[in-house]
Amino acid sequence: MGIRQTLDNLEPHFHKGGKYEQFYPLFEAVDTIFYAPPSVTKTTAHVRDGVDLKRIMITVWMCTFPAMFFGMWNAGWQANTAIADGYASMGGWREAILMLLAGGHDVSSVWSNFVLGATYFLPIYLVTFVVGGFWEVLFAIKRGHEVNEGFFVSSVLFALILPATIPLWQVALGITFGIVIGKEIFGGTGKNFLNPALTGRAFLYFAYPAQISGDSVWVAADGYTGATALSTTFQNGMSALTDQFSWMDAFLGYIPGSIGETSTLAILIGAIVLLWTRIASWRIMLGVFLGMVATSSLFNAVGSDTNAMFAMPWYWHLVVGGFAFGMVFMATDPVSASMTNKGRFAFGALIGVMTVLIRVVNPAFPEGIMLAILFANLFAPLIDHFFVQANIKRRQKRTGAMAEESA
Amino acid sequence: MLEHYLSLFISAVFVENMALAFFLGMCTFLAVSKKVSSAIGLGIAVIVVLAITVPVNNLILTYLLEEGALTWTGISGAENIDLSFLGLLSYIGVIAALVQILEMFLDKFVPSLYNALGVFLPLITVNCAILGGTLFMVERNYNFGESVVYGAGAGMGWALAIAALAGIREKLKYSDVPAGLQGLGITFITVGLMSLGFMSFSGIQL
Repeated sequence: MGIRQTLDNLEPHFHKGGKYEQFYPLFEAVDTIFYAPPSVTKTTAHVRDGVDLKRIMITVWMCTFPAMFFGMWNAGWQANTAIADGYASMGGWREAILMLLAGGHDVSSVWSNFVLGATYFLPIYLVTFVVGGFWEVLFAIKRGHEVNEGFFVSSVLFALILPATIPLWQVALGITFGIVIGKEIFGGTGKNFLNPALTGRAFLYFAYPAQISGDSVWVAADGYTGATALSTTFQNGMSALTDQFSWMDAFLGYIPGSIGETSTLAILIGAIVLLWTRIASWRIMLGVFLGMVATSSLFNAVGSDTNAMFAMPWYWHLVVGGFAFGMVFMATDPVSASMTNKGRFAFGALIGVMTVLIRVVNPAFPEGIMLAILFANLFAPLIDHFFVQANIKRRQKRTGAMAEESA
Repeated sequence: MLEHYLSLFISAVFVENMALAFFLGMCTFLAVSKKVSSAIGLGIAVIVVLAITVPVNNLILTYLLEEGALTWTGISGAENIDLSFLGLLSYIGVIAALVQILEMFLDKFVPSLYNALGVFLPLITVNCAILGGTLFMVERNYNFGESVVYGAGAGMGWALAIAALAGIREKLKYSDVPAGLQGLGITFITVGLMSLGFMSFSGIQL
């Protein structure tokens, strides 16, 4: 009970009138990492459940682990493969760490691949966590709300959708925009209307396109250019894609791309846990999936002589780019998605349709789903509004009650 | 031909969204977006006004104002007359007249919406999205058919944007915005973030 006692001894200093009164959110955050909150229900009729926001967020955070660990291995494997083909390594302190821990660039060694990938991912994650955490704590202290674990999720999601070679100062800038403008100025977790991780990524995407899109950013080897599956298809057609990667490669994740998004399999493992614990809405995932299938089938049927993306079938759309990652982790963000059950289908379908639409018809952005989710976030409240109004009307009809002026 | 109209329509609604790509019609966009119902009402009003004024102004331009537009009158020397300097004046006149008619119509048949829109209904007259629609039509040399499609599409895009903003603002009622940003401040930021979302369409060539 050493920790409890230490915390109890410290607690008075953080209460009103104490020495560190203004740092109470920090104390509370540390306390609730170790122990359940002491507050109990004071009013009547209340659902009792062990789950709270903290546990939900930590579950989501852990669900990203398969994708994260595979992503680290894959980032290293891609780089080691390129280096084995004769490209120079990026050098620097990353090289030193690799030499220390793994002894060299060895494509066949899982450990060497993993360590090399980790030297790229961990600094990104660390910067995200420290800078994002700074803003989170600053706002919590200044505005008197609690430090929320939603930040764990935002930070890991943000780090996973970046390419391995992104400069760290851009990571800091992106997470700052995402946390401050995307979330904190609206009052913190639960009060924003856009997904903070995506807001940060979109900001980087439009502000510094050279470091986050194109062909040369995905593989960490000097001078190596390796297009993602999507841009390969866009430039050279489906046959070029199938020559380069098999569907299984793409499903398992042996393709270049942002760190966490390449392996559909690893993401689906996280998805199973999310769905089993009912943290993520299956309606949204199904909506995204069906919207994507319908739109890509439509494009397949229409066909085009000039645009190769028209010919990409739905099962390829599923495994390339960030589709799976967006569908499982981003679209299902409970804050920025629709809240009504029917609305969730509509919201998901809008994402699916928009993703394929952007991928196919917009040559400027081969990666569609991140922007599609942001776009759908804008319409989520409106979708909810319509379903709520429809429900009110239906009930009024059923009960014959006088129409009450709805707000 | 149909394909051409379709892509013109889509790009007017999404790619060149009046509110979120050109930031036109901001005063009404920000002021009447507190409630979804009145935002949709105003959106419909803007669709109607744009869908009528752009084609009407197109006719005025083609048959009265352009250089040589008066040739059809048969008056000698008419083909040298260029009245395009009267453009702005006549466009505004058409818009004002139309809004006046719309206002009387709403007052008579949809009084609830008329009251909800209040002063912003007559202000549609000076809404830059409306005049902007007409001026884009002139600048891009749309013919009559194109201007019908463009007017309707531009109106739809604006209506869609204001409805979405109203939905978000209804949701934001429950947020905890810092004191200095409450009201218009946070709305400006919201609109900025919305247009970030609409950036997904930028660069689409239809």
